[in-house]
Amino acid sequence: MKEKLQSIQEEAVRLIQAADAPEKLNDVKVRFLGKKGELTAVLKGMKDVAPEDRPKVGQLVNETREAIEQLLEETKTKMERALREEQLKSEVIDVTLPSKKNMVGHRHPNTIALEEVERIFIGMGYEVVEGPEVEYDEYNFEKLNIPADHPAKDEQDTFYINKDIVLRTQTSPVQARVMEKGELPIRMIAPGRVFRSDEVDATHSPSFHQIEGLVIDKNISFADLKGTLEVFAKELFGPETKTKFRPHHFPFTEPSAEVDVTCFKCGGKGCRFCKGSGWIEILGCGMVHPHVLEMCGIDPEEYNGFAFGVGLERIALLKYEIDDMRLLYENDIRFLKQF
Amino acid sequence: MNTSLSWIKAYVPDLDVTAQEYTDAMTLSGTKVEGYEVLDADLEKIVIGQIEKIEKHPDADKLVVCQVNVGSETVQIVTGAKNVFEGAKIPVVLDGGRVAGSHDGKQVAGGIKIKKGKLRGVDSFGMMCSIEELGSTKDMYPEAADNGIYIFEEDAVVGSSAIEALGRNDVVFEYEVTSNRVDCFSVVGIAREAAATFGKEFHPPVVTETGNSEDVNDYIKVTVEDADLCPRYCARVVKNVKVGPSPKWMQRRLASVGIRPINNLVDITNYVMEEYGQPMHAYDLEKIAGKEIVVKTAKSGEKFVTLDGQERELDESVLMICDGEKSVGIAGIMGGENTMITDDVQTMLFEAACFDGTNIRKSSKKVGLRTDASGKFEKGLDPNNAKAAIDRACQLIEELGAGEVVGGTVDVYGKVKEPVRVPFDAEKINVMLGTDISEEEMLGYFAKIGLEYDEDTKEVIAPTFRHDLFRLADLAEEVARFYGYDNIPTTLPKGEATTGKLSFKLRIEEVARNIAEFCGFSQGMTYSFESPKVFDKLLIPADSKLREVVEIMNPLGEDYSIMRTTSLNGMLTSLATNYNRRNKDVRLYELGNIYLPKQVPVTELPEERMQFTLGMYGEGDFFSMKGVVEEFFEKIGMHKKETYDPHAGKPFLHPGRQANIIYDGKVVGYLGEVHPDVADTYGIGTRAYVAVIDMPEVVELATFDRKYEGIAKYPAVTRDISMVMPKEILVGQVEDVIEKKGGAYLESYKLFDLYEGAQIKAGFKSVAYSIVFRAKDKTLEEADVTAAMTRILKALEEMGIELRQ
Repeated sequence: MKEKLQSIQEEAVRLIQAADAPEKLNDVKVRFLGKKGELTAVLKGMKDVAPEDRPKVGQLVNETREAIEQLLEETKTKMERALREEQLKSEVIDVTLPSKKNMVGHRHPNTIALEEVERIFIGMGYEVVEGPEVEYDEYNFEKLNIPADHPAKDEQDTFYINKDIVLRTQTSPVQARVMEKGELPIRMIAPGRVFRSDEVDATHSPSFHQIEGLVIDKNISFADLKGTLEVFAKELFGPETKTKFRPHHFPFTEPSAEVDVTCFKCGGKGCRFCKGSGWIEILGCGMVHPHVLEMCGIDPEEYNGFAFGVGLERIALLKYEIDDMRLLYENDIRFLKQF
Repeated sequence: MNTSLSWIKAYVPDLDVTAQEYTDAMTLSGTKVEGYEVLDADLEKIVIGQIEKIEKHPDADKLVVCQVNVGSETVQIVTGAKNVFEGAKIPVVLDGGRVAGSHDGKQVAGGIKIKKGKLRGVDSFGMMCSIEELGSTKDMYPEAADNGIYIFEEDAVVGSSAIEALGRNDVVFEYEVTSNRVDCFSVVGIAREAAATFGKEFHPPVVTETGNSEDVNDYIKVTVEDADLCPRYCARVVKNVKVGPSPKWMQRRLASVGIRPINNLVDITNYVMEEYGQPMHAYDLEKIAGKEIVVKTAKSGEKFVTLDGQERELDESVLMICDGEKSVGIAGIMGGENTMITDDVQTMLFEAACFDGTNIRKSSKKVGLRTDASGKFEKGLDPNNAKAAIDRACQLIEELGAGEVVGGTVDVYGKVKEPVRVPFDAEKINVMLGTDISEEEMLGYFAKIGLEYDEDTKEVIAPTFRHDLFRLADLAEEVARFYGYDNIPTTLPKGEATTGKLSFKLRIEEVARNIAEFCGFSQGMTYSFESPKVFDKLLIPADSKLREVVEIMNPLGEDYSIMRTTSLNGMLTSLATNYNRRNKDVRLYELGNIYLPKQVPVTELPEERMQFTLGMYGEGDFFSMKGVVEEFFEKIGMHKKETYDPHAGKPFLHPGRQANIIYDGKVVGYLGEVHPDVADTYGIGTRAYVAVIDMPEVVELATFDRKYEGIAKYPAVTRDISMVMPKEILVGQVEDVIEKKGGAYLESYKLFDLYEGAQIKAGFKSVAYSIVFRAKDKTLEEADVTAAMTRILKALEEMGIELRQ
């Protein structure tokens, strides 16, 4: 019996060592350990063994089984590892081949600039509001201290629908509309389309966008206006940006100012971009004119505030160094893809 | 508005600044300097020389050799100029110097360097200059020779700077004066600001009394019929007029601001207009009928010849200056040919008036004539300035010996304009500005610009030339600009906290942008106005509501004359632009308004509806577009199933490839393939697809509320059905049946096969669906599913659908 078991084990070891594929190992397993396998047959033949020898024989059979199983397992693992190694080797790819992209669209530079501005002001507690693009003359002009026959009306080259209705020339009428509601305090920005009868060229468009800003509260000062716009300029154009406030005139603010920022191309040294001055004009602003407050039903003795207006295209053109405004309205995909 | 530095210095003698310092400081105190021109930037080493001897050039007939005394020495200069003579004093650019241009008037950037050299073998040590070479023109220097060397007068000092003698050592500033500062449309006004800005004394012209012992009232009578349109009319008379050139200093100042010197009378008028900002007019008194002036409006249809020889048609809104018989001038715009001054004028009538700015502006537009005078009047002038200006003009007449001024002024001045008194409160100004400026300092700023202070009433008295000062805020600006905007501190608003946010509508638009971009669409922007021709291009029927539009009264042209009622034209135009430029696989979207009038003609604001418009050609088809729409709806919480009505009736879309998008029973937009005729019209040579979503509808239906529904615990049961049906039956109808009959356990369904072709009988198609059932609380039993499937199959069969297996 012992010899028989030994020869079984030897045969099994030989076959395992000769196996060159996992299937062959399986054949060995079936042949020796399977239900009809040789070792199983030995166990079945136990009835012919003397009862007193049976435990010993049983133990021998188990030892043989374990030895074969262990070898099978080790060989199988080794073989699989080798196969995996081989697979990995054969699956090497050229990682520098071109990527497979989803076709993702691009946002208009105006919108990117607008979202940037919105982000800055929302962070400072401003609500984004909208107003009509076709607007009453009353809101576009009169309530902003630009009465009929005011020369500023000419300056703004207005498109008229009829004598009372215009295409708004500025986003400032939204100021009047929000103030009239009387929900104080106010911190808002109002972006949107505006229209002026300028012929189309590299720097003009009859339709463009502005962003209006308005703060109405108690004890608002010109210093607050300066501080707010300084934060805005630094956020938008970078922390090194300096601002310069120059006196100016707008009918609906007093005092009024135009604001320049240091040229972000040359940092203020002077270059072709800023025409050598080191500064670039970006917006107009001022303290809301007390008469405008009165016309909107706000007591200027109790409340005051400031307002500002930024040209969105101007920001976009400057920020992204776009040299021709017409590109913004052609929608050539080769242009849009760059944003 | 332009001024030269020397003219400003005439009133601010202590001013000692560089052009750049002046520019910066004036701009920061509120008088914006747009730029400046240094007149002698390209002139160097140019002195007055005197020609001592002229000899023929040995080798050239057209050249002469001159010995020229330039003060320090005598140099030899060869010239081809014809007008030189022995003894002539001329500008000479010495060896190594520069001139501004060539003698034909062409200016050269950086100038032209002059070096000693040989002309046809003869040494020449410089060049004699024409006025053009000195950077100007004969227009501005009328005494200059035609095509020749500039010849100085005999008293010119040999060896001194020719640049100075010609007044070219000057800087001319260009200002952007804002509409509220009418006073700064004058040299005196700007000089006042300059004096205040630099803290120097201001010396305005001192106007002395003029006139002989006669009385002007014996010469002329003035009646103003419309005092509203002409608040003041001043007239003075000058007799024994001697027309001649004005003195050089006056000519130089006029030339420096681009005004051509003509003769003493015209020059004085122009000079005072620049100096005081008050336009004036001179009439030949001999030609004034009845020796009277009447200021009244024109007769309707009246024709009048202005002094430029043009006939102008007038109406009753245009204010005229008339004499006893006829019109002699369009008030504030231009005088008439019939009374214009000629060289043999004997007696002259001077007019300095104040006209209503708005009326002048409107008349100027109506008549189609804008002049320097009307440009000034339309800003609204100070009537108190008129008298000062006419007296100044008469003073110059006397000083220049241009005539004998008759005593007195006819002054028709009804309601006198009084200075405005503005209550002053230093404390409040500091609160407004966020500063801590003392009252004394503020009053100091006011004094510098001619604002008086009444200590008793605590009021600042604004002179009438400052018609922009009414209230404390106006005074605050005066304080701020002289304190310096730069010196005001920077703080942030305090007070009640507010919530920064986007409106719900704007948030939905943000999602629309994101989805469109994830799906490959780039954002475009197109104009809100377009041509009425777009309706024909889009095949929109004549009676369509879309043709009711908001029309612009004064458009830039027909192409921009109506507010769009559909966003499609913009999109198709953009697609066409890309197609023309051979861009492949183009996908664009736009978020923009359409403008729907509530009535035509418009009497109230139109409805502005935001449209989410998608357009594409190249890769993708109708169903890719449909996918974008559904992804968008899903993202904004519109989870119900959209339905599509193929009978959308859009004439600009392919009749068999269009649908209204219906959500919850409402049409919220449409999509389809662009009609090939329309694509042809726009020049899009391939299939293009569009979708338009009406955002106000969608904003109503959208929500950002979400609730977790759990993940299914029990297994699903899937049944596949395959059917053959007439082509006319839409799969949407099949899906309706599945949804209606599927029962409570229906979870989802999916089309997995669609076939039309050889193996199917003509006019039919084969369709296969996979239907999934699941219960939330148990494992489904066979009977549950079978019951549902039976209902579905039965309903399908009733529709004439043949089931396979």
